[in-house]
Amino acid sequence: MTSVHDTDHAFKVQGLTKTYGEGHSAVHALRGADLEIGDGEIVVLLGASGSGKSTLLNILGGLDRATSGSVQFRDQDLTQMSDRALTNYRRRHVGFVFQFYNLMPSLTARENVELVTEIAENPITAERALELVGLTKRIDHFPAQLSGGEQQRVAIARAVAKQPDVLFCDEPTGALDSTTGRAVLRVIQDVNEALGTTVLLITHAAATAAMADRVIHFADGQIQKVELNKNRLSAEEIHW
Amino acid sequence: MTPLHAKLMRDLWRIKAQAAAIMVVIAIGVGLQIMMTGFVSSLTLTRDAYYERHQLADIFAPVVRAPNYVESRLADIPGIRTVETRLNSMASAKVDTREFSISMQVLSLPLHGRRHLNEVRLTQGRMPDAQRPDEILLLESFATAHGIAPGAQLEVTLHGVRRWYSVVGTAQSPEFIYFAAPGEFIPDDARFGVIWMGRPALAAALDLEGAFNEALVSLLRGANKDAVLDQIDQVLDPFGAPGAFGLEDFQSDRFLSEEISGLEVTSSTVPPVFMMVAAFLLYIVTSRMITAEREEIGLVRAFGYSKREVASHYLELALFIAVTGAALGCLLGVLLGRAMVPVYTTYYKLPFLLFRLEFASFASGLLLSITVATLGGIWALRGIFRLTPAQAMRPPTPPDFSHSFSFKKGVFARLDQPTRMVLRRLMRQPWRMLGAVIGIASGMALSLAMLIIYDGFDVAIDRTFNVVDRSDATVSFVQNVPMRTIYDLQGMEGISHAEPVRFVPVVFRNGLRTYKGSITGLSQAPILHRALDKGLQPIALPERGIVLSTPLADELDVAVGDTLMLEIREGRQQTVMTQVAGIAESLLGAPAYMDLAALGRQVGEPNRFSAAYIAMRDGAQSKVYADLKDMPAVAGISLRSEAEEAFQKVMDEGAGSARFIMGAMAFAITFGIVYNVARVAQDESARDLASLRVLGFRHSEAAFVLLGELAVVVLLALPLGLWMGTGLSHLIAQGFSTDLYQIPVIFAPKAYGSSISVVVCAAVVSGWLVQRRIRSTDITLALKTRE
Ligand SMILES: Nc1ncnc2c1ncn2[C@@H]1O[C@H](COP(=O)(O)OP(=O)(O)OP(=O)(O)O)[C@@H](O)[C@H]1O
Ligand SMILES: [Mg+2]
Repeated sequence: MTSVHDTDHAFKVQGLTKTYGEGHSAVHALRGADLEIGDGEIVVLLGASGSGKSTLLNILGGLDRATSGSVQFRDQDLTQMSDRALTNYRRRHVGFVFQFYNLMPSLTARENVELVTEIAENPITAERALELVGLTKRIDHFPAQLSGGEQQRVAIARAVAKQPDVLFCDEPTGALDSTTGRAVLRVIQDVNEALGTTVLLITHAAATAAMADRVIHFADGQIQKVELNKNRLSAEEIHW
Repeated sequence: MTPLHAKLMRDLWRIKAQAAAIMVVIAIGVGLQIMMTGFVSSLTLTRDAYYERHQLADIFAPVVRAPNYVESRLADIPGIRTVETRLNSMASAKVDTREFSISMQVLSLPLHGRRHLNEVRLTQGRMPDAQRPDEILLLESFATAHGIAPGAQLEVTLHGVRRWYSVVGTAQSPEFIYFAAPGEFIPDDARFGVIWMGRPALAAALDLEGAFNEALVSLLRGANKDAVLDQIDQVLDPFGAPGAFGLEDFQSDRFLSEEISGLEVTSSTVPPVFMMVAAFLLYIVTSRMITAEREEIGLVRAFGYSKREVASHYLELALFIAVTGAALGCLLGVLLGRAMVPVYTTYYKLPFLLFRLEFASFASGLLLSITVATLGGIWALRGIFRLTPAQAMRPPTPPDFSHSFSFKKGVFARLDQPTRMVLRRLMRQPWRMLGAVIGIASGMALSLAMLIIYDGFDVAIDRTFNVVDRSDATVSFVQNVPMRTIYDLQGMEGISHAEPVRFVPVVFRNGLRTYKGSITGLSQAPILHRALDKGLQPIALPERGIVLSTPLADELDVAVGDTLMLEIREGRQQTVMTQVAGIAESLLGAPAYMDLAALGRQVGEPNRFSAAYIAMRDGAQSKVYADLKDMPAVAGISLRSEAEEAFQKVMDEGAGSARFIMGAMAFAITFGIVYNVARVAQDESARDLASLRVLGFRHSEAAFVLLGELAVVVLLALPLGLWMGTGLSHLIAQGFSTDLYQIPVIFAPKAYGSSISVVVCAAVVSGWLVQRRIRSTDITLALKTRE
């Protein structure tokens, strides 16, 4: 098992806040978060529903803009980037598994993956990616013909197929039984080990934290506690 | 194929019916545009080439009798390139197919070996031999109409002498591209003939040896036409010249030019309406699709697709529809154009007519559809691009219905839930509803305008032939006859009533505005042929002053009470001032009316008339013909029914047939719009409807929500469509109307009724089609995915 790779950080977050809406209906989803994530780490985010986990992930992934604070990715500040630069950042470095899967309804499983590999620099094939998540038989099905868990696996295949530098997973195993869930975590771990991909993973299954290098506890838009895990488990050893 | 292209194809397939409807609208707009502009340029180019090759004169100068040496004096006038003189006379010919002689124009052919004007185009046989006085050429269309071929003999009465001529050839001429019998407007090949013969023979027959009675003039480039006309008049005045006139006053050229400019006007009003409708539909469909795919757009952006890539995906869809539509339109335009060529060549005797595809017009149609598609798409995308991908990917918050109408009180409290849903949906999105209303109304306006125009054509025919002119026939005389002749006519057994009329050629002048026409002198309180006012009531012609028809008053820019200058081209050739005493309605030509006696005094030749309108007793036609044949002064008789038939034919199969094409297309478009509106409503409410079904509402109740909405939109569109259609019909009628004929816009309940039924039918059929779709959608599928 590898431990924390080195001192180089992938992300360095300082004083990050995010407010939705204005006036008395404003929601403070992030209230000043500071954290550092090392290159090649697996990071697990834990926290109650509504605590701001997805919000943080969205900002780190360049999908949303912070209200204040800064986010360093390697030596660039995401909060200072133009729309175009942010698009480029997502295109070149980021893989995303969304909480609500977000597949294109008019594309088959294979095409949903190809939508990403099409513009990636160093992708694996869509077939291979779907094989990794065990969906070879469902390759030409449309989302409407897939179960929720199958859709979620297509979403994971889509994210890893790109072989990204950073992989964001918003509850990737939420709809899966534990066996399938472990297989999916295995895929994520493989990507991390083979390519040194930095992984940020949101989960409600606290047990998953065992496979992380770093565990971040979230509450009320703030980081409560960061635990370093010197000795992470493999996916197969996790039970929930 | 990239995944986005796969999506594009599937999207297109999903909206195929809508896409097809839009393509059809675009195709029709572009097709009409191409057909019309194609004809404008084909006719213009063909005309110009024909005029050029056959050296059509720029100026025609009739004269009673001028010695040949005057020709060189004309040639000295600065600005003149060529002068040529000829003999021009009337004759009558007897053909087997007709009981009555037909009046013919006779023209002299120039001597050989000379460069000459108004050259004829031999179509069959050969040119007459200058040494053979009995050889003639015949106008091709006349020869064809009567089955006369070269080698035949024709009995012609020329200058009172009847003799046989041999037809050695048939010909066309740029002078006679469009022609009608004297005093008529509609071509009738059988009743308009031209004979060409050698000049010596014609001169001998007319007693015009060593003289001419018409000079043809072509001008140098850049010459001042008006100055030349003045000088020609000065030179010819001593020889009794009614005044020279330019080609633009020549019947054939005027008709052709009016046709071309009419087409130009129509092509700049009707196709743009089609294109606007298409643009509107395309905008609705793309913007609706883009709004519905907000989350997908956010997702694709999240993957790192640039705005440009996303935009081009949707633009490709719009462009595919626009370009396919325009390409189909191009094809349609060329096919229609080709199909219309024979129609034109029937009425316009051109040596050839090739339909030209005006590339510029195709390009502009294509460009317009592309621009519209692009702008519509970009407009809709703008809003979504303002959101971050994370925002765009969140399912949109359900629309806020809290501010809409409260149903708690009054009648509304008693409405059932589906009815409330209909009303809430409509009030919640007033702009969308307004768009649908305007869309349907514009389709309907197009249909209505076409229908009103058809009725206008019919009314024009009916008014002209049954209201203004109620005679059975017009008898024309070789020269003006004394008033007592009318009693001779009235005394004939088969004639129940006869009325004298006098046509006097005249140039109307009001300041710089001039119009070359004629005055119609009518007897007091006529019965058969009357000047009518706007309310179709007869106008009593005053003892002084003149009554002008509306188009003539417009052309001269005068109103009742204004003074007008008349240059009379008959008798003493006086110039007199007269007052406009009234305005008469006229749909055919631009006549001016005067009291017959007053007109006679003005001309200085009172108590004479030039033609008579007659009413015949039932079944007395051949008796009347026989009696008239015995009257030496009678030049011919033309039946009103023949003229009416000829007119009707032009309207039904001639140039007027384009209106049927346009009408059919307007209906197709109306249907396309209504269907689109219904489909969009169905797509947008698919989830609501499925939810209703899941909650246990019956299919019919769910369909009611959708169809109720469609019904409301259609009901609102009907009055708007009626209003817009009436306006559009005025615009089109103005385009069609010239001083040769006018299309009236009349209140047409039938047209209103038909256009309403077209829309209602379209709504019923579309409603039925979409409710069938609702029935066939799997309700769980509708809940699971977006569409
Ligand atoms: N677009 C938005 N507009 C308004 N409020 C928002 C928006 N997105 C998120 N929020 C609010 O911000 C807070 C944090 O949301 P976030 O999605 O980050 O929570 P989370 O930790 O991911 O929760 P869960 O575990 O349920 O997914 C919540 O209170 C949420 O209601
Ligand atoms: Mg979340």
